[in-house]
Amino acid sequence: MAKIEIKNLNKDYENNDGSILHAVKNASLTVNDGEVVVIIGPSGSGKSTLLRTVNSLEKAQGGHIIIDGVDIMDPSTDLRKIREEVGMVFQSFNLFPHLTVLDNITLAPMKVKKMKKAEAEKLAMELLKRVGLEDKAKQRPGQLSGGQQQRVAIARSLAMKPKAMLFDEPTSALDPEMIKEVLDVMVELAKEGMTMLLVTHEMGFAKAAANKVVFMDGGEIIETGTPDEMFENPKSERTKEFLNHIL
Amino acid sequence: MEEKNKNTEEGIKKEYLKKKPVSVEAHQIPTLSMTDGVLIPNKKNKHIVTSWRITFYGAIILLACLCLFVTKTNSKGVTTHPYWEIFKFTIQGAPTTFQVTIFAIIGAVIIGTATGLGSVSKNKIVNGICGIYVELIRGIPLLVQLMFLYFALGSIIHLEGIVAAIIAFSICFGAYMGEIIRAGIQSIPKGQIEAAKALGLTKSQVFWYVTLPQTIKVVLPAIGNEFISMLKDSSLVSVLALSDILKRGREYISRTFMSLETMLIVALIYLIFTLILSKLVGMMEERLHKNG
Repeated sequence: MAKIEIKNLNKDYENNDGSILHAVKNASLTVNDGEVVVIIGPSGSGKSTLLRTVNSLEKAQGGHIIIDGVDIMDPSTDLRKIREEVGMVFQSFNLFPHLTVLDNITLAPMKVKKMKKAEAEKLAMELLKRVGLEDKAKQRPGQLSGGQQQRVAIARSLAMKPKAMLFDEPTSALDPEMIKEVLDVMVELAKEGMTMLLVTHEMGFAKAAANKVVFMDGGEIIETGTPDEMFENPKSERTKEFLNHIL
Repeated sequence: MEEKNKNTEEGIKKEYLKKKPVSVEAHQIPTLSMTDGVLIPNKKNKHIVTSWRITFYGAIILLACLCLFVTKTNSKGVTTHPYWEIFKFTIQGAPTTFQVTIFAIIGAVIIGTATGLGSVSKNKIVNGICGIYVELIRGIPLLVQLMFLYFALGSIIHLEGIVAAIIAFSICFGAYMGEIIRAGIQSIPKGQIEAAKALGLTKSQVFWYVTLPQTIKVVLPAIGNEFISMLKDSSLVSVLALSDILKRGREYISRTFMSLETMLIVALIYLIFTLILSKLVGMMEERLHKNG
């Protein structure tokens, strides 16, 4: 398992008209080994960007991201190696539509970790069983519901045996009745001690599984605390206002 | 940054639409039909299937009737089937027509893949070269290009007519193919590449296992279409002294002066070939859809 430290991170975008948008401003955050940290905040607050910088899908301009003592902002760091160790689950699932569910899961272990096919398939079936979809192995992603697709996507990430997992609004694209099946898998993962950093609007999940909740607004981390502190007794006015809107 | 993402995404889409000269059948994107080729019959469009049937069977029956039932008795009292004679003579050009088309489509796919990859490349020089190539080719009439390349190639190295024609066709169609491949690559959602990267795949693994298979699926029908277009355009090689179907027809005319009859048969032969091919492309499209 892993520890993720984000120190004074900055990320700017250049808009089409040439103006600069500060997506993340001087953000610092630590996810300890086995901890579950949930980032909440209004749309456009930089929470997804912050998450995506952790496995370098977005390049930050300043600051440090240290995963198990390795600074990924250091140009000599092999980003691919980091990505191998940090799983990511996306809002839009991003399963590979041309591959079966089984092949989606075995692709990375076989190509990246050079695992044998039989071994990879055995692992994939175990993971599918874990997310309750062992009977869907031979189907294509397009034949599955959104909730099932997202569970396959989680299994696909887990197949790389990551030390930590990133979730970028994993339930935002799902119909309400499918959210629970995905959250159940995530809660299970959290209980097993996976280090998790999430962006989500599921306050129920935050209350049930998170060790820490981080509130972001305008690219800044406004407040950090335990779920109880944050939801019952937020310190900042902006946090209060945001929570009033969503709770 | 969702907002910002949206902006860049929109930017990319705009860029994409601006550069997009051919439409490629992608999953969700509604497309305004394809190229200048024939309409592709698929089950969803009853209207095209019906017109395909009428045209196809009409052409077959007309050709059969002309060949079998039209007779002519000459001054010596010998009865012949003139259309059958024409058909036998012109159809001998079909191997040349298909040879040029098949080899040229292979060449065009190779050149097109290189151009398509070059057009999406981040390397400005490669990008520029591909862009110039495409603009250059698309701005010059095919017949002019063909004759130019044929004579240019002929003056540098001695090539057999058919080889020169295939090379010239490959270069001409490679530009269009490049645009198809580029549009195909760009139609793959960004999330696919991100997901593959996030799993730890290297750049080339992402390309081979994620981008390429999906691109092939998207571009195959369009390539089929290009094949049909090329089969028709291959009649242009008749100016290069290759005996394809059209050239055989013209030879026949110069011998017998039966212009109308000969051109009717030539037209019917081309029509039947393209209709069969459009049906095959339609069937391929359907299979691709079925397999998700």
